[in-house]
Amino acid sequence: MSSYFTRLCRDLVRNRAVYFMLLPVVAYYVIFHYGPMYGLQIAFKDFSPAKGIGGSPWVGWKHFESFFGSVYFGRILGNTLLLSLYSLIFFFPTGIIFALLLNELRSGKLRKAVQTISYMPHFISLVVIVGMLFDFLARDGLINQVLGYLGIEAIPFMRSPGWFRTIYISSEIWQSIGWSSIVYLAAISTVNPTLYEAARMDGAGRFKQMWHVTLPGIIPTITIMLILFIGKFMTVSFEKIILMYNPVIYETADVIQTYVYRKGILEADFSYSAAVGLFNAVISFALLITANAVAKKLGETKLW
Amino acid sequence: MLIKPSPGEKAFDIVNVVFMIVVSLVTLYPLLYVLISSVSDPQYVVQNRGITLYPHGFNLDAYAMVFRNPNILTSFGNTLFYVGAGTLLNIIMTSLGAYALSRKHLMLKNAVMFMIVFTMFFEGGLIPLYLLMQNLHLLDNRLAVIIPSAVSAFNLIIMRTAFQAVPESLEESARIDGAGDWTILFRVVLPLSMPVVAVMILFYGVSHWNSWFYASIFLQTREYFPLQIILREILISNDTSSMSVGVGTSDQMAIGETIKYATIIIATVPILLLYPFLQKYFVKGVMVGAIKE
Repeated sequence: MSSYFTRLCRDLVRNRAVYFMLLPVVAYYVIFHYGPMYGLQIAFKDFSPAKGIGGSPWVGWKHFESFFGSVYFGRILGNTLLLSLYSLIFFFPTGIIFALLLNELRSGKLRKAVQTISYMPHFISLVVIVGMLFDFLARDGLINQVLGYLGIEAIPFMRSPGWFRTIYISSEIWQSIGWSSIVYLAAISTVNPTLYEAARMDGAGRFKQMWHVTLPGIIPTITIMLILFIGKFMTVSFEKIILMYNPVIYETADVIQTYVYRKGILEADFSYSAAVGLFNAVISFALLITANAVAKKLGETKLW
Repeated sequence: MLIKPSPGEKAFDIVNVVFMIVVSLVTLYPLLYVLISSVSDPQYVVQNRGITLYPHGFNLDAYAMVFRNPNILTSFGNTLFYVGAGTLLNIIMTSLGAYALSRKHLMLKNAVMFMIVFTMFFEGGLIPLYLLMQNLHLLDNRLAVIIPSAVSAFNLIIMRTAFQAVPESLEESARIDGAGDWTILFRVVLPLSMPVVAVMILFYGVSHWNSWFYASIFLQTREYFPLQIILREILISNDTSSMSVGVGTSDQMAIGETIKYATIIIATVPILLLYPFLQKYFVKGVMVGAIKE
């Protein structure tokens, strides 16, 4: 052990310039990422600003119990899981399919143009995206006008609980289909060309090549992206929901994170909302570890 | 290719091309609609909100009003400051960290790497961060929208990967010439990694330009608000009244609509104009990050 420390000391001295460069980054992570983790203890305390984080009295699982017992628990947990599940089913595969189809385009020019256009919405802010949703989906907005041509009565989209998930996920696809395909296109470009030649020799047409060469070639990337997606399963894009929702559609739109935001930031119920947030973070982390373990079992690809 | 495409493949090609064109149109049309509406005659826009392919009338009053509005101008200036100062801080911190973590023989490298990557998967969360900012007296301070996002772990990994790709022989010859780590970083590694620096500027810059959430919870003083917060008031809370002062009421309602479209264009176009030039770099950047993840 002591030899480890002498080696470490020597390393710190010899590479002092490098460690000095690392210092701001480490300080940032300690303060702004590990600081809040230290602050999470208020989930088990009755936090009062006067006494501070360390000085507030411990109350054990009180806040968790009142959350699990509250009428909101089932609703927001269900909404969070459903929204994520629908994203997984309807949104997650779009980037993969889009990449495979882009790869099959024969014209390089068309491909470039489609790529340039489809990456564009990624750079538009959430505020503008949601602002456009409100405008297009308004009672007299573009979509309802088009429905009007077809003789369909106007739908109050943004005030209908039944429409929330559809709108959330379709706008997600609109904004991210191109961007999320980049990673898969990169993976496709690393597939060994001799594999295609061999497949052609065996008489495989383009579908067969896509199915038996391209797709297996990007399975590791898909697995990694899937694990990362599952790690974010509980977080959804709550900033977008905060912009989109209103009390009329809470029954489908209110998720754990938006509840934390309302309770904590708007109502200043710090300990309780920190407990709800911690519950969410722990579930997320457990999901990530499980997904990684399953991937490890099934094949070679894993995050760590 | 020697093999003739089968009829099925030909049909697939056609369907695929049509599909791609449809995707492109669906992506572009909403933006085009906003652009067209923003320059159309306000009265016409209010009465005809269906599909339109060209402007009806030509009227730039909405833009004039947006640019005369003190809220928009102040917040636009704030956003420029947040983007400039924030991105500068991001680039300095990320390059220093990426350089240090790209050294092969650094004993604490793996420990620090673990510490950073861990935060990608487990976070203290919103409320403890808010209390931390309060304790640091950063609430309602311009720094509150810059400092909490000083480094992104994802971007740090991308940059580290790029730095690792710099040929070691170049560094060694610099070292023989007596160069220290600072010289190597600024004279060898960074100049050879300009494409990835461009990607980082784009990623960080866009995220500052578009961010609104931290500003909405950490800032109270209107003079500090970034553009996105004012946009939120206009687009989502539907508050254009402050902008159309001095216009008759029916006109006021009408121009309120076109003001919305004009603000969307003003907030979006700067970035959309910039990004095609950087496209070839960022595709590489994402690839590097993805492959090494």
